[in-house]
Amino acid sequence: MSNLVELVINGLSLGSIYALIALGFVVIFKATEVVNFAHGSMLMLGAYVIAATHGRIGFPAAVAAGLATAATVGLLIDRLLVSRLRRRSHTALAIVTIGVDIVLGAELARRVGTEVLNMGDPWLDHTWRVAGFTFPVSRLAAIAVALVLIVAFAALVRYTDWGVAMRAAAEDAEAASLMGIRLGRVSMVAWVVAGVLAAVAGLFLATFPSPGLSATASTTALRAFPAVVVGGMDSLSGAVVGGLVIGLAETLAAGYSEQLLFLGRGLGDVAPYAVMIAVLLWRPTGLFGTRELSRV
Amino acid sequence: MLEIRQLSVRYGRAVQALRGVSLAVPAGGVVAVLGSNGAGKTTLLRAVSGTLPLHRGSIDAGDVTFDGARLARRDPADIVAAGVVGVPEGRRVFGRLTVDENLRAGAIGARDRRSRTAARERVYATFPRLAERRDQRARLLSGGEQQMLAIARGLMAGPRLLLLDEPSLGLAPRVVTQVADVVRQISAQGTSVLLVEQNAAMALAVSDHAYVLALGRVALERPSAELAGSAEMRRVYLGEAAWNEHEATPTEREASGTERRPA
Ligand SMILES: Nc1ncnc2c1ncn2[C@@H]1O[C@H](COP(=O)(O)OP(=O)(O)OP(=O)(O)O)[C@@H](O)[C@H]1O
Ligand SMILES: [Mg+2]
Repeated sequence: MSNLVELVINGLSLGSIYALIALGFVVIFKATEVVNFAHGSMLMLGAYVIAATHGRIGFPAAVAAGLATAATVGLLIDRLLVSRLRRRSHTALAIVTIGVDIVLGAELARRVGTEVLNMGDPWLDHTWRVAGFTFPVSRLAAIAVALVLIVAFAALVRYTDWGVAMRAAAEDAEAASLMGIRLGRVSMVAWVVAGVLAAVAGLFLATFPSPGLSATASTTALRAFPAVVVGGMDSLSGAVVGGLVIGLAETLAAGYSEQLLFLGRGLGDVAPYAVMIAVLLWRPTGLFGTRELSRV
Repeated sequence: MLEIRQLSVRYGRAVQALRGVSLAVPAGGVVAVLGSNGAGKTTLLRAVSGTLPLHRGSIDAGDVTFDGARLARRDPADIVAAGVVGVPEGRRVFGRLTVDENLRAGAIGARDRRSRTAARERVYATFPRLAERRDQRARLLSGGEQQMLAIARGLMAGPRLLLLDEPSLGLAPRVVTQVADVVRQISAQGTSVLLVEQNAAMALAVSDHAYVLALGRVALERPSAELAGSAEMRRVYLGEAAWNEHEATPTEREASGTERRPA
């Protein structure tokens, strides 16, 4: 029983990190119809800057630097590539982001090498004991930070000019531009916000129980992809629900892998994809989406 | 106020949609543009509102000016800021947004942010039905209500010139009458209107001056009152199909044979 509660908390924590990744991915897709394959390396870049600078400037400043760097890369991708190629096909743009991912990912992997970098976070491997349960503080911090960011993001989408403009442009870009909505600005803010969310996710993916930031971090981020598909490519609330579902599925399957050995080994790695396929068979647009993956 | 001179527009390399169109909308005026499917009416409005690039279209000759300032090839948002707002063909409201959010989206391009609340109150006063449904999603509105919302949304930015593309499309006659009343009201409040229509009776009733487009050219241009009962009008536009059967030249047959594109 205590095992289950702890697993659920860990699952929600992992899920809220996936939710941050998925939100960034979905907001870019909604605002620009571009599938951003560079998301994993944006995430890793943010985490790398935190790992590389905290020794000199301290953890809080390092986090600020990491978020700012990831946001800047998002901005640069938007200004240098997306805004110039907007009139081309979205497939071409998606392929361009694959190129960015390869270049950025390779450089980061080269810099990290075979090391596992410490993130310099204050939580270390501390745990919090309450009512007989033991929770890693880093997992609770992830849940708390993700919750704050998700609420802030929801408010941004719902109440600000940018949020209204983004939702209008996502529905009908031409009608939105007839209203004087600047599609370029909508896209730019989406890329910056996605960069920030990715960097925060990168930080928490590399803190306890993970040993630190390794060269494979950008592929770890790909595990959030099933979350996007489960929730629906163009649904922000779907991204959050999908993230939590996938995080829980992965953690529970790994936690009970002993009892589930008849299903094979490595169940934690397989569970997200199993859930994704099950959801796709039931609803091809994902739980909340309006677009089928094959039409993207 | 709005001056279009010798405007030519093409889509891609092959389609020449407008050929040397000249047209003027005086301050405070309501000008109608009539023409059958594919005549180039929507293209004309896209050239004014700067949305041609979204359709791989471009202006290859001529000029569009608004109070002396060039609009041709400018960004749609700059054109809205200059005071020209378009209401697209087929309503195109943001269906998943509420009525209120649609109006808010319409105000984003406004120069003066403080006047937004005033604009919203004015718009709700003009369209009381929308005020009743302000928190409803736009896709749940009836066709007529959606058309009213599309116009209301266009008014939110406080335009000095409103471009209306076939506002009577697909509406019942009673609702078409309401649209006509709204156009008159907008004009009475001091906003000029460039009205594209296939419903010639409605358009001529509310406009001062009218142009007939055919095959991307201005075929006819008269004060609306004069055009309303004229034989020329019937020949060039209203009775085109019937007339074509007997004595059309091949190009004119092509003009009336253009299919309506699906929305
Ligand atoms: N995006 C486009 N690409 C290529 N050709 C186009 C495009 N849009 C319009 N055209 C062509 O340009 C010409 C003028 O079209 P336009 O839409 O301006 O006509 P319209 O008068 O508005 O017709 P309707 O009454 O059907 O709305 C037509 O021959 C049309 O096929
Ligand atoms: Mg048209």
